[in-house]
Amino acid sequence: MRIAGKGLVDRNRRVRFSFDGISYDGFAGDTVASALLANGVTLMGRSFKYHRPRGVLSAGSEEPNALITVGKGAGAEPNVRATQAEIYDGLVAKSQNAWPSLDFDVMAVNDLAAPFLGAGFYYKTFMWPKKFWEAIYEPVIRKAAGLGALSGKANEDAYEKAFAFCDLLVIGAGPAGLMAALVAGRAGADVILADEDCLMGGRLNAESGAVGHQSGAGWAASVVAELAAMENVRLMSRTTVAGAYDGRMYGALERVNQHTSRRSGGAPLECFWRIAAKHSILAAGAIERPVAFQNNDRPGIMTAGAVRAYLNRWGVSPGKRVAVFGNNDDAHRTARDLVKAGVHVVALIDSRAGAVIEGFDGQVFKGAQVCNSGGRKALESITVRVASGEEEALQVDCLAMSGGWNPSVHLTCHMNGRPTWREDLQAFVPTEGAVPDMTVAGACNGVFSTAGCLADGVAAGKAALKALGKWAVEVDVLAAEDAAYRMEPLWAVAGKGRAWLDFQNDVSVKDIKQAAVENFMSVEHMKRYTTQGMATDQGKSSNVAALAILADATGRGIPETGTTTFRPPYVPVAIAAMGAGGQGHGFAPERLTTSHKRSVEMGAPMIEAGLWYRPSYFPKAGEATWRESCDREVGYVRKSVGVCDVSTLGKIDIQGPDAAKLLDFVYTNMFSTLKVGRVRYGLMLREDGHVMDDGTCARLDEQHYVMTTTTAAAGNVMRHLEFVTQCLHPEWQVAFTSVTEQWAQFAIAGPKARELLNGLLDKAIDGESWPFMACGAVSIGGVQGRLFRISFSGEHAYELAVPARYGVALFDALVTRAEALGGGPYGMEALNVLRIEKGFITHAEIEGRATAFDIGMERMISTKKDCVGKVMAARKGLVNQERPQLVGFKPVDADAELSGGAHLFERGADAVRVNHQGHISSVAYSPALERMIGLGFLSRGPERMGEVVRMVDHMRGLDTEVEVCNPVFLDPEGERVRG
Amino acid sequence: MLARPDLDAGVAVWDDYLHLRDNPAGETQDLWQHEAGCGAWLVVTRDTVSHEISGVKLAADVKRTMGAVS
Repeated sequence: MRIAGKGLVDRNRRVRFSFDGISYDGFAGDTVASALLANGVTLMGRSFKYHRPRGVLSAGSEEPNALITVGKGAGAEPNVRATQAEIYDGLVAKSQNAWPSLDFDVMAVNDLAAPFLGAGFYYKTFMWPKKFWEAIYEPVIRKAAGLGALSGKANEDAYEKAFAFCDLLVIGAGPAGLMAALVAGRAGADVILADEDCLMGGRLNAESGAVGHQSGAGWAASVVAELAAMENVRLMSRTTVAGAYDGRMYGALERVNQHTSRRSGGAPLECFWRIAAKHSILAAGAIERPVAFQNNDRPGIMTAGAVRAYLNRWGVSPGKRVAVFGNNDDAHRTARDLVKAGVHVVALIDSRAGAVIEGFDGQVFKGAQVCNSGGRKALESITVRVASGEEEALQVDCLAMSGGWNPSVHLTCHMNGRPTWREDLQAFVPTEGAVPDMTVAGACNGVFSTAGCLADGVAAGKAALKALGKWAVEVDVLAAEDAAYRMEPLWAVAGKGRAWLDFQNDVSVKDIKQAAVENFMSVEHMKRYTTQGMATDQGKSSNVAALAILADATGRGIPETGTTTFRPPYVPVAIAAMGAGGQGHGFAPERLTTSHKRSVEMGAPMIEAGLWYRPSYFPKAGEATWRESCDREVGYVRKSVGVCDVSTLGKIDIQGPDAAKLLDFVYTNMFSTLKVGRVRYGLMLREDGHVMDDGTCARLDEQHYVMTTTTAAAGNVMRHLEFVTQCLHPEWQVAFTSVTEQWAQFAIAGPKARELLNGLLDKAIDGESWPFMACGAVSIGGVQGRLFRISFSGEHAYELAVPARYGVALFDALVTRAEALGGGPYGMEALNVLRIEKGFITHAEIEGRATAFDIGMERMISTKKDCVGKVMAARKGLVNQERPQLVGFKPVDADAELSGGAHLFERGADAVRVNHQGHISSVAYSPALERMIGLGFLSRGPERMGEVVRMVDHMRGLDTEVEVCNPVFLDPEGERVRG
Repeated sequence: MLARPDLDAGVAVWDDYLHLRDNPAGETQDLWQHEAGCGAWLVVTRDTVSHEISGVKLAADVKRTMGAVS
């Protein structure tokens, strides 16, 4: 019901929106909740577990009941608090957790079954049979008990992340926050004032009291205007500071465009801010708590402060016949404001026998309690138990209740701080110093009067300025309401039936007591057993009452009972906002080789290798499977010549007088003895004795080497070299840098490799000038390049490197020439076959657990020098013959399939863990052997050549006999590579 | 981590160097690397309780002042 002449909404701007398919009118400035209440709609949702009808409880972000889904299709956003959702023309809102409709929800049958669904019912009911959990119980429970659902489609809305920096972050723009910002702003500090509401002013917009000669809301607007004019102050409305973190960092969610129908055109829907503030002031206010009594969750029952907010800010009375029930003086204001606005207040019920009630002439019950409510989907009556114990029914359509106020201490607990119990307030307040360089002010510091908040804000602003080393400017504090906050605790009204605490998770007083009876007496246990405070509202309005009841049930005081831990975020934050920019191409950087575009043009499917993309194979017309392409490409290398881009391998340029010393130290074998113009294969260990990486290293000059790493380990090796030269041997004169991206490098492999090069290089080469493992400078069409005679295929092969800008030109020339010689380009699949046929290892073999011994290279650990990993590699356990060691495998049946990751067992042994003897690490189809071959690790492998063992892949259902063989399947003498 | 033992220091010393770390509630020192930047290794002094960082030095400088050239 809209009240004429009240509220801050713009009555000249009508806004049309829909809720559950019905159109409603509201005004600019309304929330979905206020507009629905104005239209007489009180039923806004169904509860999580029992599907009980629910209406709004609050008027802010703490709302547990009125959760709605806003929008349609992929952009639909579930679990939006109707109390925060601003309406706009065309807004489409839907209720949640009800089927087929909000009005008639079949799952409400749960409510009848409630005696079986109490605290811990999940644990008791769904224990067995074990199999049923995943198959039946969990899916059914998830479907029945849920909040809003996601569309399952990719959200196309734009989200952003941003950083901000300031001297002072003021959190909350109520009377305390505004004064603090004003003091700091006038003193010239860089201030960010963040408030989660669209309209700054906090409770001033919800109360009828004056500040000075202005209304509270008017004064707030004038202060906001002054702050907005200051260049050193940034106002961030619709911004919830959701977390306090190390290093004076705060996380905040700004609802940039949630309040408009515009979903495109640049502005993101939401922005997740990281705010670095030298100092902060928490002025987050307080949250009113409900009172637990039987059926206290009926639509129409809400907090007394929320009723004032709807009346004073939105000009809406949530009812025509309202009762007010509280345990404190603050609740009396609701009765006075309603009467003044012409709303009929049926009764004011104060649980305190000695309550002093001023300014209200209607029916008053002192020392009385509301003990039940009546009605179905809307409140129709309440039952009042008067001081004498008799019960009296009152016909009302709205009940404003207040159990007192809880300071919003949440952010002060995000860094492990624990709040302090204040007996006089019957509430927790922040503990000083809980968050470094944070000052707490106003209601969240336990100061509940407007005048007190204004003064506390000034004090906090001055304290912040002092900490920042700035001079304060005097600010006048205007006169305002300064009533004392008198209250007596009332957590739950005695009686039968269910009295609700956590409205969102359907936790009742009985559930808390039940938890205590079953010995879940620690607050953290109680929370998990009952799910108290575990819903999206995190128990903002219910946690303290639940603690009080637990304290009572266990015979302890509230301070001894303690609180659960408040963790960030303070309000739900969409992953889309936190991870903004991280979808699709934004997920990870993409590294592309110079031949990338050409490979894609040739139709090559690209495969990820770390951040790199490499061609899998180059399909040709008429080829039906990747295997056909792969076999053909292997044939190029074995029979004529193939070309492959190997630029992704890490290349580290190492120079200096101590370059050789560094290499001798990081490789197991010697590099100081390597001749200029030669390349050597090297093995690198971690300090714990396991293999880190392998690769070749070329000596270009006395003090100049180029190290090659595997694609995957390039970053690790770089970090390792930096560790060694900075942390272990800073005295060495050596410098190095990654040149991976500066050089495009191509393998030219096959019997016709030299033929291909001669005709391309400005000066022809021969076997004498470029023997196996030779390297040096070459000239290609006048471009200075480097040629290495190395091979990863076992064939006569070279790698030719040119500055990256010539990469694609060289690739084109190499491919053209290779094709003329009956060869062509080859991809990763062929490269893998070629190396497995030769028993060359990759990170499928050196996967972090393999030792030099395991891969048959322990003799590469030089006895003449120290190297990283030398001592630990010699540990008995790492050189034990029982260890699985590298060997090759061939299936006994030529048609049988091998699989990477399959386990090895003795022939005839059961394929169970205790009989495990090793595993297959790499497999490929070898065109040369006309069967699949594999590399793998087998206990005592090298001694077992010729033995047949059992290979089992439990996942793919393979069980195959394989013969243990030399891992070098082709040309074991290495004649081709030297040819 | 900066004081790498000699080759013949024995398994116990190596084990200690590689595997055994104190885990104090309070001030501790870590090796960090400015990996996405200049590549510098840093000795960072921080408090495991408050997460406060109280000091940062270049590991190379710390190693040099240790004087040990192993």
